Amino acid sequence: MDLVAVTAFGILYTIATLILLALGLAVIFGMMGVINLAQAEFLMLGAYTVLMATSHGASVWIGIALAPVVVGLLGVVIERTIIRFLYGRMLDTMLATWGLSLGLVGLVTLVFGPTTEGIATPLGHFTVGEYRLSQYSVFAILMAFAVLGLTYALFNYTRLGLVARATMQNDNMVSALGVNPARVYMGTFAFGSALAGLGGAVMAPLTGVVPTLGLAFIAKIFITVIVGGPVILLGTTTAGAVLGLVESLVAYTSTPIYGQVAMLVFAIVLLRLLPQGISGFWRRGV
Amino acid sequence: MNDVVLQARGLVKEFGGLRAVNSVDFTLRRGELRCVIGPNGGGKSTLFKLLTGQLKPTAGTIQFKGLDVTRLHPHEIARAGIGIKFQVPRVYDALSVAENLWLSARFRHGATGAGPIVDRVLAEISLAERRASLVGYLSHGDRQWVEIGMVLASEPDLILLDEPTAGMTHAEARRTADLVREINRRATLIVVEHDMDFVRSIARYVTVLHRGAVLAEGTMEQIRANDVVRDVYLGKRQHARG
Amino acid sequence: MTSWALWAVAVVIVSALPTVLSLFQIVQLTVFMIYSLLALSLDLIWGFGGILSFGQAAFFGVGGYVYGIVGINSGSTTLALAAGVAGAAGFAGLLGYFTFYGRVGSMYFAVITLTVTLILHQVMGTTADPRYAVGQARLGGYNGMTNIPSLALEVPGRAPLTLDPIPFFYVVGSLLLLVLALTRALVQASFGRILAAVREDELRTELLGYDARGRKLVTFVLSGGIAGLAGGLFAGWGNFMNPQVFSMFQSALVVIWVMVGGRGTLYGAVVGTLVVQFLTNYLGTASVTYTTVALGTVLVMIVLLFPRGLVPAIEGAIRRAARRRAPAPEFADE
Repeated sequence: MDLVAVTAFGILYTIATLILLALGLAVIFGMMGVINLAQAEFLMLGAYTVLMATSHGASVWIGIALAPVVVGLLGVVIERTIIRFLYGRMLDTMLATWGLSLGLVGLVTLVFGPTTEGIATPLGHFTVGEYRLSQYSVFAILMAFAVLGLTYALFNYTRLGLVARATMQNDNMVSALGVNPARVYMGTFAFGSALAGLGGAVMAPLTGVVPTLGLAFIAKIFITVIVGGPVILLGTTTAGAVLGLVESLVAYTSTPIYGQVAMLVFAIVLLRLLPQGISGFWRRGV
Repeated sequence: MNDVVLQARGLVKEFGGLRAVNSVDFTLRRGELRCVIGPNGGGKSTLFKLLTGQLKPTAGTIQFKGLDVTRLHPHEIARAGIGIKFQVPRVYDALSVAENLWLSARFRHGATGAGPIVDRVLAEISLAERRASLVGYLSHGDRQWVEIGMVLASEPDLILLDEPTAGMTHAEARRTADLVREINRRATLIVVEHDMDFVRSIARYVTVLHRGAVLAEGTMEQIRANDVVRDVYLGKRQHARG
Repeated sequence: MTSWALWAVAVVIVSALPTVLSLFQIVQLTVFMIYSLLALSLDLIWGFGGILSFGQAAFFGVGGYVYGIVGINSGSTTLALAAGVAGAAGFAGLLGYFTFYGRVGSMYFAVITLTVTLILHQVMGTTADPRYAVGQARLGGYNGMTNIPSLALEVPGRAPLTLDPIPFFYVVGSLLLLVLALTRALVQASFGRILAAVREDELRTELLGYDARGRKLVTFVLSGGIAGLAGGLFAGWGNFMNPQVFSMFQSALVVIWVMVGGRGTLYGAVVGTLVVQFLTNYLGTASVTYTTVALGTVLVMIVLLFPRGLVPAIEGAIRRAARRRAPAPEFADE
């Protein structure tokens, strides 16, 4: 019984963290159509923000609060200097962001060194039967759904969100209505970057902090968003649930690596059957 | 029976809850020139897409030259002998006029045999002097002609023309009418059109599509005299005047 | 006419290089030429087919591992090379069939090829245990397969003669020029023109009667075979093969080579590879991390400044300079 509870918890954890990490990309790739191969480096930078905070004596929570701001600002810079010249040029964006990704990994390695740094996980443990689970992982799960909910609310129930969605659909129209599309793109990209920074920061104590942190996640988050389909938030959530479930089930019955492989294979099969993604048949929305 | 080149029975195409084509029966004899008219949204373009294999029908069958083509892939249907000219020309902008025609002719005649066909078609569509021009730089009317040329060069038995005079001047439309009648001597034609003058100048038999279903079929005179068609197409105002 | 001259020049240069370069430089250049073959394979499917594949590294790796397996077990490196090409081409056939006939969009195709490469990366990394072996060839996990035989000249009736670096350089150079010539001939013939039509407007091409999916598949299999050839040669060059060939870095590096050189010219792929690899080597003498930063910066700059690649940019500049120097053409009176 305890094993079932712990396994269920583990599955929920895998799903929630996948969603948390993919959320920023859902905004940047799903909504804006920008293939940002540096997205995982945004996650990494969020993690490093926490590392910097803790190494200067501040608490993990301060680092987590700062990360979206830091990475969001970086997102603004990147959007202004690189991305905005390449809108509509998907391939060129992909290659430029790949170069950016290389550059960021290299720079961080130069500054912080190539080794993995650990961050002490706050909050301690709770027990389920003979198993110990970290309370921080509960926090991570809660954060994932909180951020998801807030993002959903932002895009669907606020004026800002409405303006953003309208701009993505028809920027000529909104500019005729007095909105500056360039600012909206910049803001949306910055928001997606901030989300990534936050995700990376929350995960930092759980994964460890290393410059190549992004490599482990980039394929997964892209696949999750793509498999999710055009209804961005709900699609990504569903894809995260399905793929996370597959990964954790296989990982529990064999090894984590086979879990990853199974998830990737499953995603390919899904895309073959549903070329538009899971939400391809749903009503369009966010 | 072998006089019938195209036979569609009970064709239905549904998108979600919408029936774009609603149980259409359509019979076409060899050598016919059939005009399909009807208000926008009537299902004409969808019907063409079903005939070329771009879309698969939700229900119903299509027989072409006695062969069941309902489930065939677009390239197989093209090989069987159906050619289409789109409303918005789909041509290769980055290639020259001659190269566009060559691609079309090459399929049936091979790389070397295509040459004479290209020359002949270029003369037919009066673009011989522009054979080396990139299609992307041509005027809209000329691009329509290139596409007509591509269809001619592949020598299909059945040609579908989707609004061939869209965007053309009156003079160009008249030339097109002549060409259409000329092509009809070699191939069976289905022409979807909105330009009533054009339809009158070429049509012998007309099908009226409305809301995805066949509203009426007959000669041009029969259609014009048909009250239901006039109501739907021309509005009750005309009817009251007449 | 001028192209014959260029080919002659290329052959002369390749033949003469061993006399002016050191042995070390020849060995380096050999592997750069092998990489050029890999880049060429991508340009075929991407520059001409219009289909971005992140899977060329996968075919490269498959070719290399198959070469290793067959080479170690059979002792015949010629057979091994052929097997590498066939294995990679076959794998490309399977993958291509699965995706092209499944109506998968081009974006998703790129993702799927990348995913397959990463899957191979993961899976090959778990094969460290000695029981993961094909015949006498141990897969070797992350450390990879070792003791892969060098390419040898096999004449029937005599013992195989392992190729020294300079003869091997000539073999690789000849293969590169041969493949370059053959693929250029292919793309300039009907095959290439129809492929261009498929790339521009797939539906239109199908409606003219061409089987677009089949043509994409054939192109993909060809590019897979070329990548496999490169992989086999690579395995024979370094006598080892490890899962690093399936890494994201390697997959994207192939794309960089073609991006830098310019798509759709074939020799641009070669130029791009040589430029990037020479640059990497030169920077690599400083430090690995600086290389990464520099490479990343170079990539961003190229995308922003020369989006079509170096070779087209240079060709364009040459054309503009030639026009400025030539007198204005006279317009004929009617």
